[in-house]
Amino acid sequence: MGDSKLQIAIYWAAACGGCDVSVLDTNEFILEVDKVADIRLWPIAADGKYKDVEAMADGELDVTLYNGAVRNSENEHLARLLRQKSKILVAYGSCAYMGGIPGLANLVSREEIIERAYLNNPSLEPGNQTIPLPEVSVNGYELEIPKFYRRVYKLDQIVDVDYYVPGCPPQPNQAQAAITALVAALTGQAAAPPKGAVVGAYERALCDDCPRTKSEKKITRFYRPWEIIADPERCLLEQGILCAGPATRSGCGAICPSAGIPCRGCYGPPPNVVDQGAKLLSAVSSIIDSKDPQEIEQILATLPDFTSIANRYSIPASQLQRSHRP
Amino acid sequence: MSFEPKIVGFLCNWCSYTGADLAGTSRIHYAPNVRIIRVMCSARIDPTFVLKALHDGADGVLICGCHPGDCHYTEGNYKTMRRFPLLKRMLADFGIEDERVRLEWVSASEGQRFADLVDDMTERIRALGPSRVQADLATDMAER
Repeated sequence: MGDSKLQIAIYWAAACGGCDVSVLDTNEFILEVDKVADIRLWPIAADGKYKDVEAMADGELDVTLYNGAVRNSENEHLARLLRQKSKILVAYGSCAYMGGIPGLANLVSREEIIERAYLNNPSLEPGNQTIPLPEVSVNGYELEIPKFYRRVYKLDQIVDVDYYVPGCPPQPNQAQAAITALVAALTGQAAAPPKGAVVGAYERALCDDCPRTKSEKKITRFYRPWEIIADPERCLLEQGILCAGPATRSGCGAICPSAGIPCRGCYGPPPNVVDQGAKLLSAVSSIIDSKDPQEIEQILATLPDFTSIANRYSIPASQLQRSHRP
Repeated sequence: MSFEPKIVGFLCNWCSYTGADLAGTSRIHYAPNVRIIRVMCSARIDPTFVLKALHDGADGVLICGCHPGDCHYTEGNYKTMRRFPLLKRMLADFGIEDERVRLEWVSASEGQRFADLVDDMTERIRALGPSRVQADLATDMAER
């Protein structure tokens, strides 16, 4: 480590692993990264122990890409540890950026999750009522597992974050662009992006990059994607298919709407939008073609589970962050 | 100490704010619990504002606009009418009680109606108790 190679770590917390795969999906580019960097921790692809990270000096790592939300005490411990050891901490992917899919769990309580997963699940062995406990004593040994928190957090609710790379997962070309920009900044070849910047994405809404034709939007009912054969050229929202494009940052290349699938909002809100779900709510409800309260209710009844769809990746990042049921 | 609900009122400039003004100039007594924010049209009230008010500690949010058909901008209050039921669904999913957020049409001549409305909403929220949003977020932080 006496050479001038960059020191990097890639860590996964409460995530599916897709973010790690998106880094691997940069194909041979990863070999370019390897030429200029030592990978000190990357649980999915390389050896490396937490104690090795604990033994590092503060700031010894140049960059850490942290993917996944913070769901339990292990996720938090590693977030704090990697923050301390890293010059630059990047929230990589929708979960670290906004809470992501795991963040949907914030609409129910921890007790409901335990109940559903361990006590009242059709796939359980009948009569098995075992639930995981943070500490348990077995044959005289004290065993511990990470503490399952009351709710899901996005990374910057736990530690200071330098940059954000959105996407579920980030598109490989954007991951490559983001990593290239950080390497250029760290090796003095380019100015660093301003702290807090969203890198690997653009400063406009997805609709700006969506190839579908847009005209006046007025709809009299919503369709779930399987209920209608969509016109391949026309804006999906105009056809009554709920698309998160108006409330989503561009950067992915509009791959979902190009393939006939409505945008799910994984790149997060466009610049200066505080609450992605609230903005989508505003956009979607304004195109309903009715002035009659009863008819409006009937049209909205064709739109099931709007809250989860509008905040699919952003519940912990929303204003209310979680359910406030008593 | 007894609980005094904090209610944020978003009132449209042309009808509802003038109605609230009429309540004042008519010296009608009503609950002092509403903090009024004047906006040009009820359609200006981004759902984000309502969520932010609740996040920042409001116990209730009252939205008032011109009666349907009376909008100064012709169509603005219809946008509010479409937005509101979806907003209520989202609030219910986040565990915010129905009584805390309310949409009412109040014209410039309905000073008494505005006063009665604020009294009614204040008493309903008083019975419900304080919003749990701030307390919940503080509990989350304490857990870790």
